[in-house]
Amino acid sequence: MTFQTFLLKYGEIGIKGKNRHIFEDALVRQVRYALKDIDGDFKVKKSQARIYVDCEGNYDSDEVIARLQTVFGLVGICPVVRKADEGFEQLKKDVIEFMDEMYPDKNITFKVESRRSRKSYPFNSMEINYSLGEAVLEAFPEIRVDVHKPDVMLRVEVRNEIYIYSEIIPGPGGMPVGTNGKAMLLLSGGIDSPVAGYMIAKRGVGLEATYFHAPPYTSERAKQKVIDLAKIVSRYAGPIKLNVVNFTDIQLYIYDQCPHDELTIIMRRYMMKIAQHFAEESGCLGLITGESIGQVASQTMHSLAATNEVCTLPVYRPLIGFDKQEIVEVSEKIGTFETSIQPFEDCCTIFVAKHPVTKPNINVIKRSEENLAEKIDELMQTAIDTVEVINVR
Amino acid sequence: MEVYLDNSATTKAFKEVGDVVKEVLCEDYGNPSSMHFKGVEAEKYMKDAKEVLSKILKVQAKELFFTSGGTESDNLALIGAARANKRAGKHLITSSIEHPAILNTMRFLEEEEGYRVTYLPVDQYGRIQLNALKEALCDETILVSIMYVNNEVGSVQPIEEAASIVKAYNKNILFHVDAVQGFGKYRIYPKKQKIDMLSVSGHKIHGPKGIGLLYIDEHVKIKPIIFGGEHQKNIRSGTENVPGIAGLALAAKMIYQDLENKVDNMRKLKAHFIEEIMKIPETTIHGLYDETSAPHIISVGFAGIRSEVLLHALEERGICVSSGSACASNHPAISGVLKGIGAKKEFLDATLRFSMSEFTTLEEIDYTLQVLNELVPMLRRYRRH
Repeated sequence: MTFQTFLLKYGEIGIKGKNRHIFEDALVRQVRYALKDIDGDFKVKKSQARIYVDCEGNYDSDEVIARLQTVFGLVGICPVVRKADEGFEQLKKDVIEFMDEMYPDKNITFKVESRRSRKSYPFNSMEINYSLGEAVLEAFPEIRVDVHKPDVMLRVEVRNEIYIYSEIIPGPGGMPVGTNGKAMLLLSGGIDSPVAGYMIAKRGVGLEATYFHAPPYTSERAKQKVIDLAKIVSRYAGPIKLNVVNFTDIQLYIYDQCPHDELTIIMRRYMMKIAQHFAEESGCLGLITGESIGQVASQTMHSLAATNEVCTLPVYRPLIGFDKQEIVEVSEKIGTFETSIQPFEDCCTIFVAKHPVTKPNINVIKRSEENLAEKIDELMQTAIDTVEVINVR
Repeated sequence: MEVYLDNSATTKAFKEVGDVVKEVLCEDYGNPSSMHFKGVEAEKYMKDAKEVLSKILKVQAKELFFTSGGTESDNLALIGAARANKRAGKHLITSSIEHPAILNTMRFLEEEEGYRVTYLPVDQYGRIQLNALKEALCDETILVSIMYVNNEVGSVQPIEEAASIVKAYNKNILFHVDAVQGFGKYRIYPKKQKIDMLSVSGHKIHGPKGIGLLYIDEHVKIKPIIFGGEHQKNIRSGTENVPGIAGLALAAKMIYQDLENKVDNMRKLKAHFIEEIMKIPETTIHGLYDETSAPHIISVGFAGIRSEVLLHALEERGICVSSGSACASNHPAISGVLKGIGAKKEFLDATLRFSMSEFTTLEEIDYTLQVLNELVPMLRRYRRH
């Protein structure tokens, strides 16, 4: 069946009072972004607390639906058959045809629910409901009416044209991206960080990202993998500015100067500092990591506290209470899993000690960091100055 | 400076090969099966290609079959011959250091089709042990497959001796050779060397990718593994890759021109490279490195540096090499070949393969040595625990 329009329903943002138009405008913008590079011409407009996408040209309904399902803030996507108003008799025929095509098995119950925004239409809603219901019943004797719990809610809206629909496909929920500021995601090539970014974006937060690479210990392919992951996340989160930081010299310096079982913790503290620098520079209101308590040595409560200690911005860890399997499930759902599991070394693992500390003492760590005093500021500055910025969209 | 030392992964095509491929693709693009003149033109390319290749191998043109590459040639030879000869027995023999195109096909025949496969061990230099071959042969044996040159360490297998042993035991046992790394470096004459089937790949000899050759002696019984329009005497259906075929033949012709001189030059470069690299401490050469090894492959272990790290460090300086075998190195599994030759544990994930072509120059080798002399001590400072 071909649909000419998609009626989009949004939930939470409907209750945002006077700010509502901000949310709606953001939603319209995100819908346009989601549809920008697929075939077809799409007119996105808002009207009476709904958003309509009218489709023209050579488009594929399934593709449109798949894209709309990436737009946070949408709770329902209704594929609509749009007809010119050619009189009530023609409307009856259209509705019968719609029911016939949508429901080949006629052993169902239904109810007609109409809305009439064009008040000049010669029948009121009650009359439309009644007459169309009757027409369907006459056409298909097996179908029955159930006004309380119908299998099919057949909706007919009389606007300039007439909109017929019955299906509501669930949207991803959440809030439209861009309505809640932005945050800096520490993106590695792993499974967790893209999921963390997705989850924060779902609450309406735009994303920037920082990736640390360590050539020659990590490869061009590892970097490409991170770009690919950012691209998948950007389907949901909108364009992402990705900062690629060369971390090799800092890492080697730490290796030379500090106890090896503290390498990972110290390294992560410097990563946070650098990410925070870029976050503040571009007006991000927080940092996002994919950490989950106890997953690895650097994510114990002690380690998280040690890492957190260098941050002045809030650090959001949306996966904090997730088990690995739960994270994997989300990553499969959003389509990052296959990319995440490509086997390239990331810079957290290259010098990892056999037995890294799991209960770092913050004072001990700080004392170790004193050994870095001579060159670390200069190295940090170089890392910041030589950042490579990639705009992922 | 850009230095390409990964010629066992793939090679740069000869310019002339590129020209002929383009001409066939864009001008003489007919389907050899078509009855009109465009088809006849295309067929002529096939015929000429077979003539060139049959002269190089000293076999009959009708014994040559074109495939999509070395992997398909190996699959067709093993699966096709095993199925066609299973009444004579279901035992196959190969070596433990074959290319995955052989090993995984053997595994398929073992697990899915009920054949028994013997994997011959190799000595510390990566050569099959002929005694083990003698012992493995039995009444049930129908096929033996041994590679000409090992792709990871460059060991050259005693093909003629192995073929003689097999044929002396039972002349009906088929002898297949995967010559993907040997063709273009050695003069190979299947009839003289008692080889019944021989696999060749286009892109390892400065020809196009996606084209391969399988020589099948006219007496060999073989069944197709791909079904379709019964092209190539129904041994390999599918419209022939005429641009690839023309490119393959030209590449073969060119690589065999003045072969002895080119090989001699590669050997000199190899000897020089090895002499210099052995001056770096804790470095080892896997396999043999005298005249009995392949002229173009050098496998070097650098203790204490993960191969991936050294590879990327070289890459930053414009030098392209492989860790282990490029075909299998997408998943960083430790090389079965290095294990097979009993390489020390510290070298298993710390080995690079340098592979040359006729285009490799002394200048490139010296530059590579200079860069290695800088990088190796620097990278060794930072070891994983």
